[in-house]
Amino acid sequence: MSGIHFGHNHTPYAPEFRPTAGVRIPLAWLAPEWKLAAMLTLVVGTAIVPLAWWYWHAGEGLLLLAVILLGQVALKPLLWRVLWLLPFVAGAALAAAWHGPTGPGWPTVAARGSLCLSTVLIFAAVTPFGVLPGVLRRIGVPALLVTTMALMHRYLFVLVDESERMRRARTCRTFVRKRRWGWAMPAEVIGRLFVRASERAERIYLAMCARGWK
Amino acid sequence: MHIPDGFVDVKTAVTASALSVAGLSYALYHVRRELPLRRVPLLGLGAAFVFAAQMVNFPVIGGTSGHLVGGALIAALLGAPAAIVVITTVLVAQCFLFADGGVTALGANIFNMAVVAPVVGSAVYRGVYRMLPGLRGQVASVAFAGWCSTVAASIACAGQLAWSGTVGWAVAFPAMTGIHMLIGIGEGAISALVFFAVAKARPELAEATPALPTRSFVGYGLLVAIGVALFAAPFACPWPDGLEAVAAKLGFEHAAKAPATAPMTDYVMPGVGSAGLATALAGVVGALVAFGFAVFLSRLLVKNESASNKTTANF
Repeated sequence: MSGIHFGHNHTPYAPEFRPTAGVRIPLAWLAPEWKLAAMLTLVVGTAIVPLAWWYWHAGEGLLLLAVILLGQVALKPLLWRVLWLLPFVAGAALAAAWHGPTGPGWPTVAARGSLCLSTVLIFAAVTPFGVLPGVLRRIGVPALLVTTMALMHRYLFVLVDESERMRRARTCRTFVRKRRWGWAMPAEVIGRLFVRASERAERIYLAMCARGWK
Repeated sequence: MHIPDGFVDVKTAVTASALSVAGLSYALYHVRRELPLRRVPLLGLGAAFVFAAQMVNFPVIGGTSGHLVGGALIAALLGAPAAIVVITTVLVAQCFLFADGGVTALGANIFNMAVVAPVVGSAVYRGVYRMLPGLRGQVASVAFAGWCSTVAASIACAGQLAWSGTVGWAVAFPAMTGIHMLIGIGEGAISALVFFAVAKARPELAEATPALPTRSFVGYGLLVAIGVALFAAPFACPWPDGLEAVAAKLGFEHAAKAPATAPMTDYVMPGVGSAGLATALAGVVGALVAFGFAVFLSRLLVKNESASNKTTANF
């Protein structure tokens, strides 16, 4: 949901997704292409089959359970993530309940929503994001898009850390009433972040050229 | 505005995905042709920037907080084609990495937030900037573009939900658009503040928007228009649509079940008879208020036009 959510100190983007060297890849014997294909099949299937096809949903649940057990997925962060996102599903189900008899009905929406959510989160838990650009390149996604995605993944956490550092530096140096700086300070931090990102992009361009890019 | 899984039906998902692929391909074609090679890494860094910027919280009343969405801001800073590529990348990562927005709804989400928002934002930015010159005009244009892009994306989103039959148009449209007319004010204000901070620190970055020829812009406009016509027009138009007209002609109109009563059937405005007219009026009043706010904000930020050329506030 864009815009407003509750609470100050939410961090849905938890540190265990950070790219770290020598990270253990669960189910490494399965190529990421197959993981991606399986996830897409499950999610698309769940979104379109009627709720009455209970064997589809039961099968999906068993498969997900098998993946969790075989891949030794850490349960606690996974559960936290599902819990964090469930309110959106609940809100959506509420909206569907309001619609009356013509829509798919709120139990369907809630069940489909939470099953698809779990599938994607378990997929993310067994597939490091770093392997996805390679997969996309192999299945023929335009190179410009793949480069953009790889660079985003490389610098995402760098920029997040940088913005946090700037915010901290600004907070400990600034002695003004909080109210007055309510929006100006974070906006200034974001603006500075853009300036630094574009300076970094220029340096990266030079480094890429030096390594024979294009 | 991220639509989760199970919310859009097959026809909406396929249509929206086709429109998104068309928009993305067109944008990639433009970026490849017109973006200088040395700015290509800026796309990736821009995507990382949008991601990081969305994590910075802005306090709103009573413990709630909001964050930047960034479609209009990035369109103003990098131009519409680059913004489409950047926001698409962000949405794909959010979908597969964080389950933010459904996989089946990815096409719809890309169309709303990565095609409609940057295209509308960029068009409004250029149009308003032409009327109001100078840094002040630029800041006001960014603020108004932020509002317009948020509202336009919410209308497209409401249309998709209604077309899928998940949420009725009579609920989805006033709820989505009404809330996003408020959220849009915040989005516009944050975009303007950030843009002003960039312009203060590095004026050449705020100037460096690559100009897109009007001829190329028509393509993007057409794409957005087709999308809005498909998703929203069947509901927004007060005349009976084709199916209803046929039903009336054949006389089985009354056989259709009456829909469940919605809590808000239409916008009601005192003294205005037609519901369609009232909706249009509400939209115009909202846009005028947002525009006034944008101009007010720009006057508040840019105190003295001549003094703004000096670089200030290094930290």
